[in-house]
Amino acid sequence: MPSDSVAERHRDNRQDAGATWTRKQLATQSEPAITDSTQALPLLTVRNIAKSFGKNHVLRDISLQVAEGEFLTILGESGSGKTTLLRIIAGFESASSGEILMGSEHLDNLPPYRRRVNTVFQHYALFPHLTVAENISYGLKIARLPKQEVATRVEQALEMVKMTPYAGSKPSKISGGQQQRIALARALVNRPRLLLLDEPLSALDANLRRQMQVELKSLQREVGISFVFVTHDQEEAMVMSDRIALLRKGELEQVASPREIYGRPATAYTAQFIGHTNLLRGEVKDGVARCHSLSWRTGLRDGPGLFSLRPENVRLAENTRTGTTVRFRGKIVRQAFHGATELLQVECPDGLVLSIRTASREDRNGDVDLEFSAADAVPVRESEVPQP
Amino acid sequence: MFSRAYRTAITVPPLLWVALFLVVPYGLLFCYSFWSVSPSQVIVHSWTLDNYRQLFRVNVYLQTLFRSMWIAARVMSFSLLLGYPLAYYLSFYAGKRKDLLYQLVIIPLWVSYLVRAYAWKTILGSDGVLNTLLQYVHLTKHPLEFLLYSPFAVVLTLTHIYTPFAFLPIYASLEHIPRNLVEASHDLGASPFQTFWRVVFPLSVPGVLAGATFAFVLSLGDFLAPLLLGGPSGIMISNIVVSLFGAAYNWPLGAAISFCMLALVLALLFLSESLEKKWSFR
Amino acid sequence: MTGTRNVPVSRWLPWHAMIVFGFLYLPIVTLIVYSFNGSGVGGFPPRDLTLNWYRLLAADEAIWTSVLNSLLVALVAMAISLGFGIPAALALDRANFPGKALFRRLVLLPLILPGIITGLSLLMLFRVGDIKLSLLTIVLGHGTALISVATTEVFAGLQKLDRAQEEASLDLGANYWQTFWHVTLPNLRLSIIGAALLIFTLSMDEIAVSFFLIGRDNTLPLEIWGRLRRGITPEINAISTIIFIFSLVAIVTWYRLRTKTETELVL
Repeated sequence: MPSDSVAERHRDNRQDAGATWTRKQLATQSEPAITDSTQALPLLTVRNIAKSFGKNHVLRDISLQVAEGEFLTILGESGSGKTTLLRIIAGFESASSGEILMGSEHLDNLPPYRRRVNTVFQHYALFPHLTVAENISYGLKIARLPKQEVATRVEQALEMVKMTPYAGSKPSKISGGQQQRIALARALVNRPRLLLLDEPLSALDANLRRQMQVELKSLQREVGISFVFVTHDQEEAMVMSDRIALLRKGELEQVASPREIYGRPATAYTAQFIGHTNLLRGEVKDGVARCHSLSWRTGLRDGPGLFSLRPENVRLAENTRTGTTVRFRGKIVRQAFHGATELLQVECPDGLVLSIRTASREDRNGDVDLEFSAADAVPVRESEVPQP
Repeated sequence: MFSRAYRTAITVPPLLWVALFLVVPYGLLFCYSFWSVSPSQVIVHSWTLDNYRQLFRVNVYLQTLFRSMWIAARVMSFSLLLGYPLAYYLSFYAGKRKDLLYQLVIIPLWVSYLVRAYAWKTILGSDGVLNTLLQYVHLTKHPLEFLLYSPFAVVLTLTHIYTPFAFLPIYASLEHIPRNLVEASHDLGASPFQTFWRVVFPLSVPGVLAGATFAFVLSLGDFLAPLLLGGPSGIMISNIVVSLFGAAYNWPLGAAISFCMLALVLALLFLSESLEKKWSFR
Repeated sequence: MTGTRNVPVSRWLPWHAMIVFGFLYLPIVTLIVYSFNGSGVGGFPPRDLTLNWYRLLAADEAIWTSVLNSLLVALVAMAISLGFGIPAALALDRANFPGKALFRRLVLLPLILPGIITGLSLLMLFRVGDIKLSLLTIVLGHGTALISVATTEVFAGLQKLDRAQEEASLDLGANYWQTFWHVTLPNLRLSIIGAALLIFTLSMDEIAVSFFLIGRDNTLPLEIWGRLRRGITPEINAISTIIFIFSLVAIVTWYRLRTKTETELVL
């Protein structure tokens, strides 16, 4: 188990974790200049990676950095290219162009068995003919570590994932969740510099999944290794990550911390993919945005404007009113109960339909007065459609 | 889900046929092996163990049996040596051509045994293609005699016939190995060779066993290749049986030998199956 | 996905594969080449390109009689094998009865057992039953031996069959026989055709079992065999070439059908 001082060192190096990068900025982003001797190189640098299978351009110009000790999630729908990107980092695919560096060394020309990267596979890929302990010790034996050290590390790994009693079992005899832990142990026991996880929780049922999310996150903190996690589940991404890289059709839509990406989505796609939102389309003139009968002050230039308004930011009108509050009236046409909160669909007289999220209350009907702060209408870009 | 009538209709006819044309004949084989033949070439239905005693007492039978097993063992080994790397190549490296190559392997499998054995006969003879070719390019001055009418010819021909037989189950078991296991092994630091030795090969063992069994058992009982190409030194146990049912006219003795072969084959099949079960990782 | 990127392909594997393919095909190719060879079977290099042997073959009545015999035998054997093999496959897939495991082994046994044992035991059956050896006995022999092929092919096809389709048919009011006729059988169509093709080809080529059950009339392989005992003539090269071409077409068709089954059902 890595010592505390190592974990601490990794935590200290996580300076870039909160930065927001939009696609435009990334395109012009150059390699981080080392202006400060205490600022370390990022652990992994992905630079202008592109990958095509024949005419199918799966990845277009991806540039990304992973800091030491960071939990980065690559989030995207199926077909977004997220698994391909992971496989390129692991070494199972080679990029059509671009490069990958670990620290200052090129990773591209190294085969998978020479990279200090380990992978947790989507369907675990445990060796059926080996016991749990033999699976875990596989990489250590390949590296020709002394027997005693192998035994110690395997024991520690088993303890870390709480699977010690199953050391002698065969993979076919343990449950899916247990197999997943073994896959994790098998990868981590080799102390890689980077751990890649390819949708490892997708085969688990909902409750187990939530439990594993928490466990994985605390495990990552404990061990201090950078995790690159691939998933299509945006909730999962928000719970676990230090940063999220949202991938759409082979291009990075936005890379930011969960709070950042939720509160300040860069594009309409981001706003809609992560959480719910209302997209307000309107015109901006002289610093005022107008959408149907609503208007509010904005700093945007004149022209068409697109705004994201989260349902939870619209509330029932209160008596006090400030200059930046936008107030309107609407009729509740649908009420969906979600437990602690409910989602109301409100129709305004001018035809605008909005979703509102409020605390649950049984008796709602008819017309209501609603309001939101102008600042909560976040300007977003249209999502560019990638060229074929 | 299926009605009684349905289940009866699909079960009874095949059962009856199999009983009549497989079980009864084997039973008869068993019975015949205890009978004997009188000097006047009539089969006497008196029960005796003489035939079996003869098997073990008379040298030539045991000798031929061991020679047959030795030939079968060689055929099995060569078939595996040829078939395994071929299966591995097709399964892991052939990519788009895999399908086409697979067809190329199974075509000889189903093309007439006779045609292929005959082909070797024309190639290996002293006036055959190989000898005349060697002489033509001045590698040899005289025809090589050992090529035909020898155990060598039998082993060569049977290897040619049974390599595809060995290939099939090996290929099937290799195809069954999930590719992410290979990736996982690489991910954990193992080179391609280490991956083969530690992951791929152990998981392919059931296929190897099946292929080996096919090649061995079918070679052991073969009589056509020795008849065509074996010559006097290449006689196998089945040839003895054939002559006992032909010119040498001793059906009971022939039945005894056949029954022993049947028992041996069944034992090998049983052994192979239990080993396969033990080493398969489902 | 086959192979792994970034990994140098083992260089000798393709060479090995080529050598094995060469080994498998060279004899056949030689046979074909020499069937056009003017100076007969041996001798290198081949010269005097000629169709002579084929002409001789065309005029050879005995061969063509045996071909007809073989065709007849193959067709009837096919009927028997399918007629008993299809129910056997169904039984193995869906019925439970005492001795099922034994039954499965028995049905598949002729595939792995050397032909001599199958042939001899049937010979004894016919002896005891006082049945004269003839094309009929050969038919019974082939039919029995090839049931295993029919069963294997149809069983594999059954595995790919979606049980829910049959359940839907029953749910909609059809009884078991109607379901079998309208749902099960059409889905097995390709497996059955494939099996038929394979059985036909194997029966045409069969010699080991036929060897013991032959009466007065020869099948093609036995006719060829008889001639081989008397000496080699290049005519045999010619007929062998023709056999090879027919087998080739049959097997490739069978394979295409089999892979088509898989893709059709996936859709």
